[in-house]
Amino acid sequence: MGAYIIRRIFGMLLVLVAVSLIVYLIFIVIPGGDPAQRIAGRTATPANIASIRHKLGLDKHGFTGFFIQWFSLVKQLFTAKLVSYANQTNVVSQIKQGLPATFSLSIGAGIIWMGFGVLVGTISAVKAGRISDRLITAFALIGISLPVAWLGLILRYFLAGERGSPSWFPDGGYVPLTSNPWQWFYHLLLPWFTLAVLFIGFYGRVLRSNILDTINEDFVRTAKAKGLTSRRILVKHVLRASLIPIVTLFGLDFASVLGGGAIITESVYNLHGVGWYAAQSIQSEDLPPLMGVTLYGAMFIVVFTLIVDLAYAYLDPRIRLS
Amino acid sequence: MAERLLEVNDLKVRFATEDGIVQAVSGISFELERGKVLGIVGESGSGKSVTAMTLMGLTRGVNAAFEGEVLYKGTDLLEVSDRDMQEYRGNELGMIFQDPMTSLNPVYRIGEQIVEAIQAHERVDKRTARARTIELLRQVGIPNPDTRVDNFPHEFSGGMRQRAMIAMALSCNPSILIADEPTTALDVTIQAQIVELVSRLKDDFNSAVIFITHDLGVIADIADEIIVMYAGRVVERGSKRDVFYDPQMPYTWGLLGSIPRLDRPRPERLHTIEGSPPSLINLPDGCKFRPRCPHAFEKCKAEPGLENRVETPGHFDRCWLDVEFKRSHRDETISGGSAEAA
Repeated sequence: MGAYIIRRIFGMLLVLVAVSLIVYLIFIVIPGGDPAQRIAGRTATPANIASIRHKLGLDKHGFTGFFIQWFSLVKQLFTAKLVSYANQTNVVSQIKQGLPATFSLSIGAGIIWMGFGVLVGTISAVKAGRISDRLITAFALIGISLPVAWLGLILRYFLAGERGSPSWFPDGGYVPLTSNPWQWFYHLLLPWFTLAVLFIGFYGRVLRSNILDTINEDFVRTAKAKGLTSRRILVKHVLRASLIPIVTLFGLDFASVLGGGAIITESVYNLHGVGWYAAQSIQSEDLPPLMGVTLYGAMFIVVFTLIVDLAYAYLDPRIRLS
Repeated sequence: MAERLLEVNDLKVRFATEDGIVQAVSGISFELERGKVLGIVGESGSGKSVTAMTLMGLTRGVNAAFEGEVLYKGTDLLEVSDRDMQEYRGNELGMIFQDPMTSLNPVYRIGEQIVEAIQAHERVDKRTARARTIELLRQVGIPNPDTRVDNFPHEFSGGMRQRAMIAMALSCNPSILIADEPTTALDVTIQAQIVELVSRLKDDFNSAVIFITHDLGVIADIADEIIVMYAGRVVERGSKRDVFYDPQMPYTWGLLGSIPRLDRPRPERLHTIEGSPPSLINLPDGCKFRPRCPHAFEKCKAEPGLENRVETPGHFDRCWLDVEFKRSHRDETISGGSAEAA
């Protein structure tokens, strides 16, 4: 077990290195990718650019110069010294500033989508074929199909006081939990819902089909033959087995949202989290913040992948980690 | 006379499917007394498992329709509500299934699953239930039960899992144990052990057993009475002695002929029954075995009733053939023609 985790951590580091290299290379390859030009800004003179080029070491080492720069970017990132090309702000401290909003959004939405996903999936499986199942299925498919940006804007338009609509909800923005818990909750309700809708529909559909598969398993028949109540059979035997694949999904989805993946939701509701920061940096084609945000996100993904694998082995004792 | 536990009267089970109505069981009757073993034999699709599951109320559902009576100690189990049926399952009637690999929940420990069965019916604390579980595992012959109780099903061999299933089925001391092909998925040597175990535990727990199998050889030692089923019907019914030594139904001969035996001259090949069982949606007219029967004749176009056609009372069959004709011709099928050769 210990050796397994150590091996996995080593693999995770390799993944992070590869991710940072890919992000850097993409940036060099796209038009206008020359870092010296970006740092110098729009009104730069050729002499200006040449001096930055010299400072970065891009002029002398030729091709290897790019790798030297990549390495120095990563090194600066891990020593928290990396600054943005566009506005010279420290990348690590910007990400740190975004954490409360991103974490608040992710954790709240995660609880909502997992809770409702399980509820919706279970109800529609138990009522399979009936009206309630068909209604849920229809709503789930609509939920899966709604683009997040569109849903967010529509909700703002109709519920948050835009253009004379009733302002039942605040129109975006983030209030720290520590300064006013109620306002924090109130401001996050719409973003939570917007982000959760897609996942609720998807998880509900997956869980429904898992449950319908599991219900036909022999061990469920055994549980019935033991004389257990149908509620106990559903919760202890059917749901337990059906939830295992959902745990995997949740681990990865939750990691990507925590890792700043809710770019659209954060941008639509003007929540200054990591995703919002990523969106800003993409617009200004700012390499250091993008490198920072991508590695931050990748870190959550690799860590949660490990957690999911460990959870899987715990939930299904037949699985051996090796 | 021993206590009569179960009386099944003309039980019929139908399922509505997309392809049509499946008449899975069309009229089976039997009685079961405490201490007795009833064997139900037949091919896949003959209705034997559906009969067993119906006794347990496990075939209930929107698509299922039942007729007849299943009287357990005088109560018609077909009339009992789903909720009340829970009290019968496990507590009055225990059941073990064909595949012990999939019949146990892979994510719970063996002990937990047996404790769960005990606690479903009795108000006992976990510790008492666990102690009883260990004792049950000992009784079904699992070595080191006090450590094995905490194993997961995948840490048990097939035979051990079936033993654990038996322990679970017997945990609330049911009056009837229904064993639905409990040996089919097991090695031959293990099969014999399981049959012997069921037979011994029946006496220890003072219960009755319904043993379902497609292999007459498996129940040769333990059955008191045997019912042979074909296409949802009882085609022959009698004591073990009747069915093994004076079988009246050509289908039974085929089943007997397909058992390898050491006490008879060895035929070149074991007998096989040509063809396959009929579709239960679209049954043939007359005797349902007619399309596969080598001795079918004109009269078989009308279905024979289940009647006592021989001297022994209590031996019933559904065959028009003359008893003396059958007695002189059945050995060709049963011992693969070696009777003439010898």
